[in-house]
Amino acid sequence: MNPDATPEDIMPETFETHKACQRIREFDAQAIEDAREFRGELTLTIRASRLRGICEFLRDMPDLNFKYLSDVTAVDLYPAEPRFEVVYHLRSLEPHAILRLKVRLPGDNPKIETVVPVWPGANAFEREVCDLMGIQFEGHPFLRRILLPEDWEGHPLRKDYPTTGYR
Amino acid sequence: MAITLEKIPGQEERVILSLGPQHPSTHGVLRLVLELDGETVVRSLFDIGYLHTGFEKTFEALTYSQGITLTDRMDYLAPLSNNLGFCLAVEKLLALEIPAKAQWVRVLLTELTRIQSHLVWLGTHALELGAMSPFLYTFREREEILKIFELVSGQRMMTSYFRIGGLALEPPLHWLKRVGKFMKEFPARLQEYEGLLTQNPIWLRRTVGVGALSGEEALALSLSGPALRASGVAWDVRKSNPYSSYEKFDFNVPTRKEGDVYARYLVRMDEMRESLKIVRQAMEGMPEGPVKANAPHIVLPDRESMKTSIEALIYHFKLVTEGFHPPVGEVYQTIESPRGEIGFYIVSDGSPKPFRCHVRAPSFANLQAMMKVIDGCLLADVVACIASFDTVLGEIDR
Repeated sequence: MNPDATPEDIMPETFETHKACQRIREFDAQAIEDAREFRGELTLTIRASRLRGICEFLRDMPDLNFKYLSDVTAVDLYPAEPRFEVVYHLRSLEPHAILRLKVRLPGDNPKIETVVPVWPGANAFEREVCDLMGIQFEGHPFLRRILLPEDWEGHPLRKDYPTTGYR
Repeated sequence: MAITLEKIPGQEERVILSLGPQHPSTHGVLRLVLELDGETVVRSLFDIGYLHTGFEKTFEALTYSQGITLTDRMDYLAPLSNNLGFCLAVEKLLALEIPAKAQWVRVLLTELTRIQSHLVWLGTHALELGAMSPFLYTFREREEILKIFELVSGQRMMTSYFRIGGLALEPPLHWLKRVGKFMKEFPARLQEYEGLLTQNPIWLRRTVGVGALSGEEALALSLSGPALRASGVAWDVRKSNPYSSYEKFDFNVPTRKEGDVYARYLVRMDEMRESLKIVRQAMEGMPEGPVKANAPHIVLPDRESMKTSIEALIYHFKLVTEGFHPPVGEVYQTIESPRGEIGFYIVSDGSPKPFRCHVRAPSFANLQAMMKVIDGCLLADVVACIASFDTVLGEIDR
């Protein structure tokens, strides 16, 4: 990733027309690292430090209206670096739209600011990501293991977690 | 170490009650930790994971076609809805066109799934609030639907009938007659259940005004499905993002304003009537044609053609031993399951197995709204609240 790339370099012409993308660029020109479209789904990669501001912006703007958090999950790209992608699926009910936000995190001590203050529904999703993928959500009100026992070691959805042999 | 509620310093001692995981009213192995002040719940926590089997990890070790069998076992009360969600996600990844007949059969069977899932909910909900008879009736009708599933797929519950590219096999001759028989009997039966409950004074006392949730709160807590619509938000994935030709069907989205247990009951009862409408339209307008997409590199060939065509035999061998290679990319497909918005997020690296497959389980998300409702409830009403959200623990724990 070229850190000096401006949003214009990264985004091809088609994204000009996408409202959410356009509005985010007006709000914070440096926030979008990457934008992709696949099968009609827009994916915006956001700088980790800007995530909270962007989320609040997307929720509060009446023309975007992303009031509903559909899902939070994470992908482990081991051994690539940055290793983790935290994926947020946002939904707007009026007008109907789905938007995917991504944040890239390093493999060493991955942490990101929580979005629970923006969408209280993120609570359980973030706990699940923390439990199974080992990503820390800073400021989360109750970041404990949710599916696995409290004394479990390791994070099973990571790609380097052993799937065979004795534990 | 089991999860427990820590004592707030300086506060007088209160009773901590552990409800479940073996309690029959928690619909599976849900454990709640409740702090009680007299009979009122002051604080609560949920403790889940007793059924955690690591489905999301297992997906990564199976080919896309094999993955379908896992989706049945997540939400075991709505196997066909889960099959559909997963198949649509993979088909979106492959950009595969599905023949009209397969789409209509899918719609018909998922709506029957919705009815049978709601029947289990209705029976157990009533049973938990002390009404024994609806349980016996609803399971009788549910059995009829399961027999239809068995007729088309050979399985009552773990059907795995929807495959990537269409259906596993052509439905048998005259199967619509069987559906028609059910359709003729069921409206009167639905009337019967309503007669037992809707105006029943005990039922009303136990449900009206209990566990109320506003639409704003429900949306903020990522609630979806009938429980959300009972809080006045008319959002249904079948209307907002139509899939599998739902846009061709005429049906309403029942909503209520109150957001209490009774409203959730009424919404689900109305939903069963709407599902009947969809099934009827699907039966009447069922198109003719193939039930599998014309994509030999993805869909298994017919048994007969394998005996005469060398290409079919080669494709069969390749598909069974290796699987198909979808393009690199990621998709998120959501559908309206009986419990709400179920989403499949699939990341493909071009290999025959998904790089990552995440399931957005509606019961898991709905749990948060349920906990919100339970705080401040009477202990006896906690049971009514749990039942009204209709959670399935297989799906929560995955």
